[in-house]
Amino acid sequence: MAYLDHAATTPMLPEAIEAMTAQLAATGNASSLHAAGRRARRTVEEARESLAEAFGARPSEVVFTSGGTESDNLAVKGLYWARRDADPRRVRVLTSPVEHHAVLDAVHWLGEHEGATVEYLPVDGYGRVHPDALREAIAREPESVALVTAMWANNEIGTIFPVAELAAVAAEYDVPMHSDAVQAAGQLPVSFADSGLAAATLSGHKIGGPYGIGALLLGRDQTPVAVLHGGGQERHVRSGTLDVPAVAAFAVAAALARQRQPEFAREIGALRDELVDAVRSAVPDAVLGGDPDPAGRLPANAHFSFPGCEGDSLLLLLDAQGIECSTGSACTAGVAQPSHVLLATGTDPDLARGTLRFSLGHTSTRAEVEALAKAIGPAVERARTAGLS
Amino acid sequence: MTQTSQRPLRVLAAMSGGVDSAVAAARAAEAGHDVTGVHLALSANPQSFRTGARGCCTIEDSRDARRAADVIGIPFYVWDLAERFREDVVDDFVAEYEAGRTPNPCLRCNEKIKFAALLDKALALGFDAVCTGHYATVVVAEDGSRELHRASDMAKDQSYVLGVLDEKQLAHAMFPLGDTLTTKDEIRAEAERRGLAVAKKPDSHDICFIADGDTQGFLAQRLGRAEGDIVDESGARVGTHEGAYGFTIGQRKGLRIGHPAPDGKPRYVLDISPVTNTVTVGPAESLDVTALTAIKPRWCGTAPTGPGTYTAQLRAHGGETEVTAELLPGAELRVSFTTPVRGVAPGQAIVLYDGTRVVGSATIATTERRTTVTA
Repeated sequence: MAYLDHAATTPMLPEAIEAMTAQLAATGNASSLHAAGRRARRTVEEARESLAEAFGARPSEVVFTSGGTESDNLAVKGLYWARRDADPRRVRVLTSPVEHHAVLDAVHWLGEHEGATVEYLPVDGYGRVHPDALREAIAREPESVALVTAMWANNEIGTIFPVAELAAVAAEYDVPMHSDAVQAAGQLPVSFADSGLAAATLSGHKIGGPYGIGALLLGRDQTPVAVLHGGGQERHVRSGTLDVPAVAAFAVAAALARQRQPEFAREIGALRDELVDAVRSAVPDAVLGGDPDPAGRLPANAHFSFPGCEGDSLLLLLDAQGIECSTGSACTAGVAQPSHVLLATGTDPDLARGTLRFSLGHTSTRAEVEALAKAIGPAVERARTAGLS
Repeated sequence: MTQTSQRPLRVLAAMSGGVDSAVAAARAAEAGHDVTGVHLALSANPQSFRTGARGCCTIEDSRDARRAADVIGIPFYVWDLAERFREDVVDDFVAEYEAGRTPNPCLRCNEKIKFAALLDKALALGFDAVCTGHYATVVVAEDGSRELHRASDMAKDQSYVLGVLDEKQLAHAMFPLGDTLTTKDEIRAEAERRGLAVAKKPDSHDICFIADGDTQGFLAQRLGRAEGDIVDESGARVGTHEGAYGFTIGQRKGLRIGHPAPDGKPRYVLDISPVTNTVTVGPAESLDVTALTAIKPRWCGTAPTGPGTYTAQLRAHGGETEVTAELLPGAELRVSFTTPVRGVAPGQAIVLYDGTRVVGSATIATTERRTTVTA
């Protein structure tokens, strides 16, 4: 067995499981005023402090949500509505064409239903937005920009964005910038304060925490319009009873991820390099997606296009041998579409059909990489005979 | 003479999300084969939910197929064959109607998609066979060759829509439902027993890519309105239509001819001429076809030599009729009916049987009537 899909989800850390199970048996709504409520509230606030510390934010800047998708929606829609309400001229939303669908579809929806003008910033062959491109787009008409949203690192090809530089450009024009940092967290040093961002998205289950919990790091001067209305929890921008066990476990995972990040990045980066070398020597014409410079890509990410192969075929053949990876592209009812990320980087559409993403994590071993090294050559050969249907 | 060999095979089960293909996959797995389920996404823009008993490629069907695979305990994938399906089946369907013929898209799908595009990919990926929920029987003859036979249960037999398969395709086909005398109710009971939630799902009857069952509307959308004349056998104009493609030979309803025929008898569509955009109508007896020619024959085994006597089936749920058939030079099949038959349209497939064995099939090109010959 080789689990090479940690970017989809990574096993929960034992410490996080322990923290979660300890809370599952405890009663108390964090909004209640009695002792049980105060106990729950204390757990939540300690978690908030711990999470804030892990990601260079103030506790009051942590808004707990149900995960990455909700955080992205709250930031993108909420900030758009707030900015437009304050000044109806601000309808431009600047984003990249390689965002996760949680951002891409939210932005698209604003364009379809809320009068937003969505502008996709140009990216280079690695899928990266350059600060000059952002400056050019804002400067064209600064007063009409509602917000900028650009990811910290790409989930498919692992390309790291110059987030702080982009945020600095946005800040020059007093435009709030949001960044989806779901993939960056745990692999890169993520400091909300240093980034200069107005908002950043985090997810629990990508860093060894539980599913169904995430956070939006939200600058104190930002007041997005709420997506979920109700009891007024979380600065009134995210109503709903807090999931105390998940919050506690998320914070434990975040603290450990932060603490282990430098060593993890070094070790997993070396293992990733081995994986890349192994795939290349087995399949010499495999094309590495994203930035080949280790400084420019997530240390746990490897992404390949295999000419003449259908990604689906490769996935089936590897899956049958217990090697689990992803084609890296979005699915509709399980149907793989050519990746919007690869198309945006100018990849040939036929080549874009034969992609696999291998992503490593805290349980990855050399034996798993060796299993892939052994299997990938024959799998590619076989998938090629099946061709592109 | 067995349906499946004893050796465990690597089997790719095509799972539509319906009860038949789910039970077929379950039986293949139970027989010891190494089964992988695949749902074919055949529509580029699938509907979220099925409506009534129609359609077979909604997202809900895909989910039903996945749940069945979960319960059977086999890997499951969705393969996107929408582009191939559109080119080989849907576009062909429209073009055939446009040319005044009456195609059968299910045959076409079996020939071009399930036992071509899918089978080729399966074989290339290391599978030995494709398994479907069709009711038909593959028999291994003494000499090792494969024969396709009607299902044990004639009422459920689907060998007609498989009549296009050649021996090579048959060698890699597995139909676990065809070799047992099971009624549909028993298949449903078996699905229930196996814990398959699709046990109570309604059957699909209609053309899967026309979700609302409105074939005329589907064609009109693609071919546009093209008004033309409805004429009688003498050539006299008796009405108008909005597109000749909207008619099928033998059709009686929906002609909207104001005046009754002089003899007061109902009139039927006798002929469709796309060149002049004319629909010819006349009495029922003018529909009697005595012979036909058919093209693009496909044989389940060696092609017959010399004239022979067979039974023939002319549509999916049609009965059998006795014929004499002969393969002429130029791969044209000439068929004479012992007793004239009605409702025979160019474009339809004729499948020839020798007893329960499928001999082959061909596409009807021209028909001969008692009185006239029409193309």
